[in-house]
Amino acid sequence: MSTFVLLLVTGLGLSALYFLIASGLSLTYGLMRILNFAHGTFLTVGAYSSWWIAIRLPLPETLKFVVAVAGCMAVGAVVAAAVEIVLIRPLYRRQVEQILVTVGLALAFTALVQGVFGPDPKQFPAPGWTQGVTILLGANLPNSRLVAIAAAVAVFGVLASFLRFTRWGLIVRAGVENRAMVTALGIDVQRAFTLVFAIGGIAAALGGALGAIYFGNIDPERGTATLIFAFITIVIGGLGSFTGSALAAIGVGLLQQFANYYASVFLGFSAAGDLAVVLLLAAVLLLRPQGLLGRSV
Amino acid sequence: MKARLASLGAGPIAAVLALALFLAIPFLEVSVPGLFQSALNRPGTLQLLALCLTFAGVALSYNLLFGYTGLLSFGHALYFAAGVYLPCVAMTRWHWSLTAALALTAAGGLLLPLLLGAISLRVGGIAFAMVTLAFAQAGSILIYKNPSGLTGGEEGLGLDVSRLPESLVGIVNTANLYWIALLYLVIVLAACWWAVGSRPGRVLQAIRENERRVEVMGLRPYSFKLFAFTLSGFLATVGGFVYLLLIGGATPAVTTANFSLSLLLMVVLGGAGTLWGPILGGVLYEYLDFRLLKLSASGAVDSLPAVLRVPLSEPLFILGVLFICLVYFFPGGIAGFVGRLWSRHRRSAT
Repeated sequence: MSTFVLLLVTGLGLSALYFLIASGLSLTYGLMRILNFAHGTFLTVGAYSSWWIAIRLPLPETLKFVVAVAGCMAVGAVVAAAVEIVLIRPLYRRQVEQILVTVGLALAFTALVQGVFGPDPKQFPAPGWTQGVTILLGANLPNSRLVAIAAAVAVFGVLASFLRFTRWGLIVRAGVENRAMVTALGIDVQRAFTLVFAIGGIAAALGGALGAIYFGNIDPERGTATLIFAFITIVIGGLGSFTGSALAAIGVGLLQQFANYYASVFLGFSAAGDLAVVLLLAAVLLLRPQGLLGRSV
Repeated sequence: MKARLASLGAGPIAAVLALALFLAIPFLEVSVPGLFQSALNRPGTLQLLALCLTFAGVALSYNLLFGYTGLLSFGHALYFAAGVYLPCVAMTRWHWSLTAALALTAAGGLLLPLLLGAISLRVGGIAFAMVTLAFAQAGSILIYKNPSGLTGGEEGLGLDVSRLPESLVGIVNTANLYWIALLYLVIVLAACWWAVGSRPGRVLQAIRENERRVEVMGLRPYSFKLFAFTLSGFLATVGGFVYLLLIGGATPAVTTANFSLSLLLMVVLGGAGTLWGPILGGVLYEYLDFRLLKLSASGAVDSLPAVLRVPLSEPLFILGVLFICLVYFFPGGIAGFVGRLWSRHRRSAT
């Protein structure tokens, strides 16, 4: 029982990270029909900027972490908005070119981080309590996972109410539905693009900082590695569906964690989680190509 | 067929001349200062040229998918890696004969893209790109995790050369490997030339331009796309086998997403949707990659200030920046650039 609870919580912690990346990807795809390969770099930006802030501040560790997270989210928003304005906007409606540019950016940025900070993982100055455990139902649950889950739930709540109750949220939802119509009504969709990109940047940067306490370190390659699972998540959830990406993130994270544990215990095989996720993707494509909550393609 | 040949104009003559020149290279005791460090018929130069030709062929196979059919796949590395790892594991670990290993590779090279293509083509456009990436990533993870010690994991796996005929082993026989690489490129070029000009090939290009319209005309785009995916995957697998012979082993770098991206760059660099563009792109990319690695290893960049040194010693940084510059400054790649120059020249001549 305690193993089950532990796997459940660590799996959900993984889901939280996937959701933080996938939510932004899903919104940008829904609104702008672009596949942003550089989205993983926003996670790297978040991880490295929170680390950079945290090792410099002479504050108590929890306050320091809070400031670092707030700072990295601001950096994430600025970087994402800049990428949209400088690199994506001039290529409006040229889908393949947009993908090529974001691919180029992802490669160059990862290599640059590697060149500047070195290819090896860096120890992250996480507050002591995040590395401790909480005992629940007989299981020792790592606090870092609980923090990640709480943050993802909060982001889900904030974004869902933003989409539901604000004017900009309405514009984004309408834009996902029918972009031409929104433009015809005289609303500047271009600004909504930048806004959605910035929101995606904030969520991914938060994912980077939480990933840093989740894994205990930061690593230049982690952005790209997580991005691939975020892609799988949004395809399973249905491209452009915000709730779908949340549901799929839960499914993918749990499946990965449980398959990893049980396959290595009973079969002695360690890559099962990643492969199980890809098999799930294949099954979803065969049974429901539009994804869980996506509209038919 | 005759009309098609005639419509090509000077193309075939130039192609035959180029082929004759490339066939003769192992006999030429000529040095090309600046480009190559030793004479053309030296093993080092031949090896580099053979790698360039192989990647030209693999880029051409990818172009069939991306350039002609308009399918953006991020998983082409998987099929290339199948051609590297299947025969290497079969010969080294299971001690199969070359013929048996080749049969296994051919079967794998057909069935793998057929099966995975059948699943990934259920979605189109961007979702297709992500799904192909996911499948290739699964393959890459499998090879890195080294199940039952088969693939050698991160270390890679050396090829047991005692399984090969003697004429393919050793530095003295580099010329033979070079000719095999040239033969591979010619085969891929012929296959692409046929596939593009034939009726199914026309349908593929029509799918790229307007898939809905092809459907309205009563054709099923799905089967044609699956045909292109399988042919392209199979040709990449053959390329992987040639690469295995040239390198004499398998390294997991060829399974990664970055490898797929470098194939995409070769095609974009040369010019997608043309026959000679990707060949040029593949040759140029492989040559530059080789020389840049040599350059960063030689310590020539060490004396530069840190602002220049750090990015220049990261090959992927250069690759990424090249991607962005190509999109903004050379849309259509080299082929597109030459095409624009040519039409300007013709306009000013008349």
